[in-house]
Amino acid sequence: MSLPEGAGRSLNYAQAILEGTRQEMERDDNVFVMGLGVDDPKGLHGTTIGLNRLFGADRCFDTPIAEDAMTGVAIGAALNGMRPIHVHQRMDFLMLCMNQLVNVAAKQHYMFAGALKVPMVVRASIGRSWGQGAQHSQAFHSFFMHVPGLRVVCPTTAFDAKGALIAAIRDDNPVMVVEHRMLYALKGIVPLEPYASVIGKARILRPGTDLTIVGVSHMLAECLRAANRLEDIGLSVEVIDPIWLAPLDIDTIAASVARTGRLLVVDNGWTNCGASAEIISQVLEWLPGAAPVVGRMGFLPTPCPTTRVLEEAFYPTGRTIALRAARLCGHGQADTWDPGPVPASEVTEFRGPF
Amino acid sequence: MDWEDFYFKILRIRRTEEKIVQLYPTDVVKSPVHLSIGQEFISVAICAALNVDDIAFGTYRSHALFLAKGGDIRAMWAELFGKVGGMARGRAGSMHLGDPAVNMVGTSAIVATSIPNAVGYALAEKIRGSGRIVVAFFGDGATDEGVFHESLNFASLKKLPILFVCENNSYAIYSHVHDRMPAANFIERAAGYLIPGTKVDDGTIDAVYFAARDAIDRVRRGAGPAFLECACSRWLDHVGPGSDVELGYRSLAELESWQRRDEVARVAGMLDESSRRQIERAVDDELADALIFAHESPFPDPTEVERHVFA
Repeated sequence: MSLPEGAGRSLNYAQAILEGTRQEMERDDNVFVMGLGVDDPKGLHGTTIGLNRLFGADRCFDTPIAEDAMTGVAIGAALNGMRPIHVHQRMDFLMLCMNQLVNVAAKQHYMFAGALKVPMVVRASIGRSWGQGAQHSQAFHSFFMHVPGLRVVCPTTAFDAKGALIAAIRDDNPVMVVEHRMLYALKGIVPLEPYASVIGKARILRPGTDLTIVGVSHMLAECLRAANRLEDIGLSVEVIDPIWLAPLDIDTIAASVARTGRLLVVDNGWTNCGASAEIISQVLEWLPGAAPVVGRMGFLPTPCPTTRVLEEAFYPTGRTIALRAARLCGHGQADTWDPGPVPASEVTEFRGPF
Repeated sequence: MDWEDFYFKILRIRRTEEKIVQLYPTDVVKSPVHLSIGQEFISVAICAALNVDDIAFGTYRSHALFLAKGGDIRAMWAELFGKVGGMARGRAGSMHLGDPAVNMVGTSAIVATSIPNAVGYALAEKIRGSGRIVVAFFGDGATDEGVFHESLNFASLKKLPILFVCENNSYAIYSHVHDRMPAANFIERAAGYLIPGTKVDDGTIDAVYFAARDAIDRVRRGAGPAFLECACSRWLDHVGPGSDVELGYRSLAELESWQRRDEVARVAGMLDESSRRQIERAVDDELADALIFAHESPFPDPTEVERHVFA
């Protein structure tokens, strides 16, 4: 995945998260990391490895398996001027945190008329599954997009993983950072110095004229592969990474759709009431009178199965995205075209057990 | 024991809530209210044992705590009326009273929800070595919630500077504690997390004050959390200004046994008549002034609705 930003060195997504965390902990004593396993020898895909040795047990500590209270603890510390980063090994576990996130974190600033703030970061890993099954693979970014007072970011590249995390740490609001397990090993060019993403700013990863594709999280990688195949049949696809889902950079997305006249949103989640529904609605509101052709893809409306053959049917892939895009563009060969296999090495090469 | 101070503080809470009962039918307070009449002595006693810079977290039943912690009575009334003179310019209301200026920073309309926030606040105090302590107030119903147990476990694990105060009025809305747990053994439950507890069941302000002082000494020494269970009675309905004994879920005899030993009346009896009257006049004057302030305070401009969603 190519990136426009300047000089740096090659780091993977997990290393970029670790580097951003370490630099912010060095910059600000109020930043600390908590969560199940953050100080263990594996360090959550390496994203927290060694922080306990560098900063001590007060600033990088394991927690009891008590997601509800520990989220409340992070909020309480944030109310008291700290900047907690609460890390979860699976986003599925956030279902145990909903009361604190939705009823407290999102609302304290508003309910106290600005006198209090909750500068906390919640990091959570999502699938693609690799056999993680129905309760270890889910992506709930859309739940949090629904709630005023929460920010949601789904970085896809190593560059954005570091920049978005630093922006989240420095922001005075609760920010949900959604990380995809298949992305941790993906490499990219990452500057050494600390830098913060612009909150709510999308990125156009490749320009095109026939179709706009918005890909969320890991689906962005599949969309880029699909865009390459679509070139073979003469279709020029603009691929956008929204990066931030709340706030959403609808200006960038809608301006692209105004140019291409077509929009396909591929979400790393279910379509019903999801991010794809929201993005398409906002684009249509942004372009009154225009009638772009729109479509969306996401998980099948089923729980995620464990066995590989069913799992492959559950997720959109480069191949299914390319086929859908060709049809959406009304391409003359859409019904007969076979893009062939579209390998996704991060998926085929992924090994567990974690 | 400063009985005059106790009387002033407990009486202003009682008179404030009696005024809410009186005004509520006029719909000037357009929001649910959970009155603490009968339970005021707990907040007054514990806040008297705290330092001003210690921190309190409460519940949706926190009129008493807000005033006892030093909250501004004018701002509280304006908040109840939904006016800009309120601490949160009317956007919080009765169920979310608080004011960082008096170190009361968390109340929640959801049972037990502010307990872990108090623990997290105490974690930050411990990391900073500030010497300040945090008090988490909650009812017996909150101990039904899993988050109560998770919070005690973590607070004890990290030896945090926090005092847990369970105001045990025996009812979660209309469910008696014996219908919700095999034994009302709050102290033993805290002890299970190695948190020493004290039960104060005589319903007096001085007993709560002395128990709180001992518990706070321990917490401030850095020995970890402490737990207080304070028996009390909620004289009025769970929510709203009315009585509820006619619903039949509790007996009139049970309620009257508490009302006969009303702490407001008992504390008044500790004072000579002239100082008692002087305090009553001061409370009445302050309340009248607060009501004028709240009535005269304007409502927020509708454009304020979108303010403060994000910091």
